[in-house]
Amino acid sequence: MTETAQPPYPAAEFGDGTTDPPTIPLPPVPADGAPGGPSDGPSGGPSDGSSHGPSHGPSNGLSGLETRDLTAWFGQRKVLERVSLQMRAGEITALIGPSGCGKSTYLRILNRMHEMVRGAALAGEVLLDGEDVYATGRRPAEVRRRIGMVFQRPNPFPAMSLYDNVISGLKLAGIKASRDERDHLVESSLRQAGLWDEVSNRLGTPGGALSGGQQQRLCIARSLAVSPEILLMDEPCSALDPTSTRRIEETIAELRHRLTIVIVTHNMQQAQRVSQSCAFFLASHDTPGRIVEAGPTERLFTSPADPRTADYVNGRFG
Amino acid sequence: MSTTHPGNTLDALPAPEDRPGPEDRPAPDALPEQQRIRLGGVTREEVLTLAGAAGGSLGLDWLLYERILPFSGAFGFLLCWYLLFLALYAVAGRLQWDALTVRERLATALAWSSGLLVLAVIGDQIGYVLYRGLDAARHLNFFTESMRSTAALDPITSGGCLHAVVGSLEQLGMATLFSVPLGILTAVFLVESGSTRRGARLVKPVRVLVEAMTALPSIVAGLFVLGVVILTLGVEKSGFAASLALTVMMMPIVTRAAEVVVRLVPGTLKEASYALGASQWRTVWHVVLPTARPGLTTAVVLGMARGVGETSPVLLTAGFTTRLNLDAFHDNQASLPLFIWNYVKQPYPDMVARAFAGGLTLMAVVLILFVTARVLGRHRTPSERRTRRPLRATAATAATASAANKAAQVAN
Repeated sequence: MTETAQPPYPAAEFGDGTTDPPTIPLPPVPADGAPGGPSDGPSGGPSDGSSHGPSHGPSNGLSGLETRDLTAWFGQRKVLERVSLQMRAGEITALIGPSGCGKSTYLRILNRMHEMVRGAALAGEVLLDGEDVYATGRRPAEVRRRIGMVFQRPNPFPAMSLYDNVISGLKLAGIKASRDERDHLVESSLRQAGLWDEVSNRLGTPGGALSGGQQQRLCIARSLAVSPEILLMDEPCSALDPTSTRRIEETIAELRHRLTIVIVTHNMQQAQRVSQSCAFFLASHDTPGRIVEAGPTERLFTSPADPRTADYVNGRFG
Repeated sequence: MSTTHPGNTLDALPAPEDRPGPEDRPAPDALPEQQRIRLGGVTREEVLTLAGAAGGSLGLDWLLYERILPFSGAFGFLLCWYLLFLALYAVAGRLQWDALTVRERLATALAWSSGLLVLAVIGDQIGYVLYRGLDAARHLNFFTESMRSTAALDPITSGGCLHAVVGSLEQLGMATLFSVPLGILTAVFLVESGSTRRGARLVKPVRVLVEAMTALPSIVAGLFVLGVVILTLGVEKSGFAASLALTVMMMPIVTRAAEVVVRLVPGTLKEASYALGASQWRTVWHVVLPTARPGLTTAVVLGMARGVGETSPVLLTAGFTTRLNLDAFHDNQASLPLFIWNYVKQPYPDMVARAFAGGLTLMAVVLILFVTARVLGRHRTPSERRTRRPLRATAATAATASAANKAAQVAN
């Protein structure tokens, strides 16, 4: 059903021998030009090339995301005002800030989940590789397939086995795959999410039977299975214990070389540990949220330009 | 998978010699077995008070009814006994306990007796039908023959309800086929379309209509099909027409019950589905309905249980026959409720016995439906489902993947 949305996965995952699926025009993702990101590819190069078919483009040319003057409303209430931010390809961008400053709303705008809330409205541009995801005629489902999302609470599908959970994206997006392709996809996705060794011998059990941390990694694997170009994570560790959190952080760090990640977190140490760049959101009770400061994580935490950022990252408020 | 599973689980267990044997373990201090405290048990006084109140009120009731007052009748006797029992129990209790405890015990007695009453009524119903119908039902021919060649005064060993069972099953099957998809789709519409403003405008009248339909008198459903389908469209009286009338009865019940369970599916699951790039109907088909499946089977069973016992819609639409008619689209077709209705009116004791045996059969059919639906509706654990071929982690892919992991770690 989503012709333009056909993922690059069949070719990217098992690409070399099989013929290219005929239905991959994929206009917005040029394979070799890579105009979208400043392509700090070399560091990511060796790792992502080895597990995927090295021939195909999208795994090398990562996509970037950018917003320009993004404003959002819920009904009459303005929750975000003129947020401009660039999330560079192949980097992990952390969004930090106190509760209620619009971080999650911002994240949900990026893959068009915002509009599912009744009364939600927005203005501005969200550019995925230079193309506006809110352009008229663009289908939300296609955008969401290219920009995956992991939620705060792990939400595996309870009526499906682990195996079916991982490939549920294929079924849900109406993508056909042969049995072998599915088997490989399950394995590679679970490996990328760092879950394969723990569950490989019980793929038939229901997804709800795992621990919280494993469930969250299962959700990450599920998102990865449709080969998104961007992965959004909305406080993925806030419902988990420290050990699981560490495991997920390792997973995130490994994924960095395969796709661009935007992560919302309340935990400043986490932001410091995993992210390369960082954006600090702030809202007071009568003004909508906006970005106070954004830049490389290192600089934001050691020598912030704005006194409010300094106060926040040093734990003086929020 | 089935072949690799046991091996892996065995590997995961520690080898027997690794476990400390009972003899190396330090012997636990020999403490005496502790006596458990009895929680929430009843004391002897409570039981005796209850029994005393019941016995005393029975005696008093007998005295009043048989000796003093000019009343008679079993129902009044039982009712008076119950009221006297409550009064005596309250008085006897008040002599020992404070007012609050008495009220508490009285409430308990009321709740228990209502529960027992319901149980007794059901038991009485089943028992009575069994008692009246066993005469006919204990002959095997009742389940293997139709009434075609049985005259009014023929012995009980001829004739049976086979034609009615077949008719009932065919009509119910068709009605289920029509009403379940319709009902579940309507439920999905009511839940899913409420989120957009345009949909919300239509959802409200539909819901009101469905709610009104649940209260529709069943004879009206029969009249509707008689008027529209049989008299206007010219379909003959048949099992098909009857199933349409049953559909009208079953659809709102399925819809109401299904709406409740579809609404219970967590929004986070739908969000997860949308975030994977699913369209709305794929989300419904692959996520919402499978998650709600156990509840949906209950909804279907509720509808079927309602439909199988309906008499008045089939009365007007199916006609009646004593012959076995397998073709639901032509000619009259009997069904169990019609069978009962038709024979229980007759003045011959054997016919009445046959009617009661038909009622017994009907109850058995409902019971079988319930059990079947319960079994089907259980969340099958996915491991019981079709077994997956083992994922053959070919050496090549495993090697590249682990290499990738190592490379990633190095890069960090």
